[in-house]
Amino acid sequence: MQIKSPEFKQNARIALQDANLQRALGNLKAGFPQKRAAAVARLPEFDQLRDEARDLKNHILEHLDLYLEEFEKNVVANGGTVHWCRTAEDARKKILEICKDQDAKTVTKGKSMVTEEIDLNDYLEKNGVTPVETDLGEYILQLRKDHPSHIIAPAIHLNIEDVADAFHEHHKRPKSNDPAHLMREAREMLRKHFVAADVGITGANFLVAETGSTIICTNEGNGDLTQTLPKTHIVVSSIEKLVPTLEDMTLFLRLLARSATGQEFTVYNTLSSGPRRPGDQDGPENFHVVLVDNGRSDMVGSEFQEMLRCIRCSACMNHCPVYGAVGGHSYGWVYPGPMGSVLTPQMVGIENAGLLPNASTFCGKCEEVCPVRIPLPKLMRHWRDKEYEKHLSPTSVRSGLALWSFFATRPKLYRLFASVGNRFLRFKAGKKGRTSKLPLASAWTDHRDMPAPSGKTFMQQWKEQNR
Amino acid sequence: MASPRSRVGLFVTCLADMFRPEVAFASVKLLEMAGFDVEVPERQTCCGQPAFNSGARHDSAAIARQTIEAFDGFEYVVGPSGSCIGMLHHYPELFAEGDPWHQRALDLKSRAFEITSFLAQHLDMDKLSSSFKGKVTYHDSCSGLRELGVKRQPRELLSKIPGVQICEMEESETCCGFGGTFCVKYPDISNRMVGNKSENIRATGADTLLAGDLGCLLNMAGKLKREGIDIQARHVVEILADMASTPAIGEAEKRS
Repeated sequence: MQIKSPEFKQNARIALQDANLQRALGNLKAGFPQKRAAAVARLPEFDQLRDEARDLKNHILEHLDLYLEEFEKNVVANGGTVHWCRTAEDARKKILEICKDQDAKTVTKGKSMVTEEIDLNDYLEKNGVTPVETDLGEYILQLRKDHPSHIIAPAIHLNIEDVADAFHEHHKRPKSNDPAHLMREAREMLRKHFVAADVGITGANFLVAETGSTIICTNEGNGDLTQTLPKTHIVVSSIEKLVPTLEDMTLFLRLLARSATGQEFTVYNTLSSGPRRPGDQDGPENFHVVLVDNGRSDMVGSEFQEMLRCIRCSACMNHCPVYGAVGGHSYGWVYPGPMGSVLTPQMVGIENAGLLPNASTFCGKCEEVCPVRIPLPKLMRHWRDKEYEKHLSPTSVRSGLALWSFFATRPKLYRLFASVGNRFLRFKAGKKGRTSKLPLASAWTDHRDMPAPSGKTFMQQWKEQNR
Repeated sequence: MASPRSRVGLFVTCLADMFRPEVAFASVKLLEMAGFDVEVPERQTCCGQPAFNSGARHDSAAIARQTIEAFDGFEYVVGPSGSCIGMLHHYPELFAEGDPWHQRALDLKSRAFEITSFLAQHLDMDKLSSSFKGKVTYHDSCSGLRELGVKRQPRELLSKIPGVQICEMEESETCCGFGGTFCVKYPDISNRMVGNKSENIRATGADTLLAGDLGCLLNMAGKLKREGIDIQARHVVEILADMASTPAIGEAEKRS
């Protein structure tokens, strides 16, 4: 996927003026946060579970190598295969290789952000394998040649009319704006793909070390058909999704659904533990797990390690006032919102994604709602540190800061500077108490007035009162 | 209650110094009412947050050292801003463990308090007396709310003033879009956020907007004025100290 993060500011400006997008984002604001709050209120031990989940994730990350080995051992014991892929390219190649081994023409796909991250669909298509997205949101996006703007509600940036248009154009059926009708239509269209697919690709919400199982949590059931009907099931997952035991997994399931959609539990929680065994009623003949690193092991032991606790619930973006204003596409790559502003620089480079960790007021709402208590503002600040160290921040910002710090560390000079500034602002405002235009401050005054100081600086007045 | 003659160092904050001296004077008045000796150390300037949040750790550490020294020896350090006091609480992150400054930063952190939470703990609230009358709405500034747990304290204090009627706004805990340098680095997004905020403020029917942080107040007052909405913006201590007779933030010297 082309990286458009360097154009974040333009993207955001366009998004803010896009009335349809703003209408769609309005639905998000009213939906997920309120449902989450209600679900949390119904579970008094929610915060305690968050502490447990944080501690458990920290433990796992300290022993990631051991758990990964245990996971592989148990997948193999179940009759499956684990493929270790250091880069996105390694993962794409491996997945294509498995598809080619099966002579696959079409593959069905459950919703997976990791496959977005490794840009799998384009690659498969270029190599003669047709991917069919089966999650309703992803299916809509595929018809529109669009990308997810949200990690669990990928088509959140669209309105029902957009869906109706896409279906009408591609399905050649009479147009309808009725959601139930559109869903039935999609189901009908997808059915033949489910049956015809040679390979099913899903992501995984968690990998369970003790059993070698993977689990997907969905609300549509499409994932179940994707992974049970075709002859071959490929699970594409990143390495940090490990949990030690099935019981540990249930802790995260309780947090995930509540944090994401405000459900007590996701509708379908489907475990895959290897290929079909003799006597099994269904299931694939071949079971592969493609484990993607793509920069994650570099985060272990770094100041960004805590980001690897993320369980992809989307609470941070659902509650983020910046995400709520500009939507996910503005961020210009796969992962939007606060979690994306930490992950994206790691994966595409801070030189490409520096605008993202800066696009936060550090209001702290994301950290407040994170089920595994990731200190997202702190991690975004670490990226700003890196940016500054590497001299990537704009010269105007650097020289402005340097000048300001020069004064701030010289109290007497600072006083002088403050009193001159104070007098200037009062002069500009005259008797109005505010000014609507200021040199070098148009970013402020284009949108709001600048209140004038109400008198001399406090330090001047305090001194004059001889205190 | 305060032990007699406890010394409080007032952290003025650069915005109160520059834009709204009343806020610092009101803070002094309230702290003295609570029985403290208040001093204003000369060597303070700004808390260093702009540098800290822009990745300039070297500069922010220099400012932190200066602030730590300026407030050496005070039993408490109190400031009229959750954001700036929150920054003082970040100081330990600027120094490696084992560095003597790390310990000194931890020590400052243990003594540094946002004004409303400090007053809620140390002031006999029955002493509050204010002639202010009006319907007010309260914006919960992010740093105070989430880093320092400031939520009920300003409301408790305000509830002691008979003329105050609090009308809560929708999304009082949602950021106003100021965010320090954010508002000039991302003006379009900031504008949307403060626009939403001013809409929520207006919808309450309140005549006065209160908050505990001047950054947010300058932003919201500036937006309300630009939109021609006749709501006065003030720092909460102005009401608590009965010092609300001066023009509100961004208001003309004499209101007609």
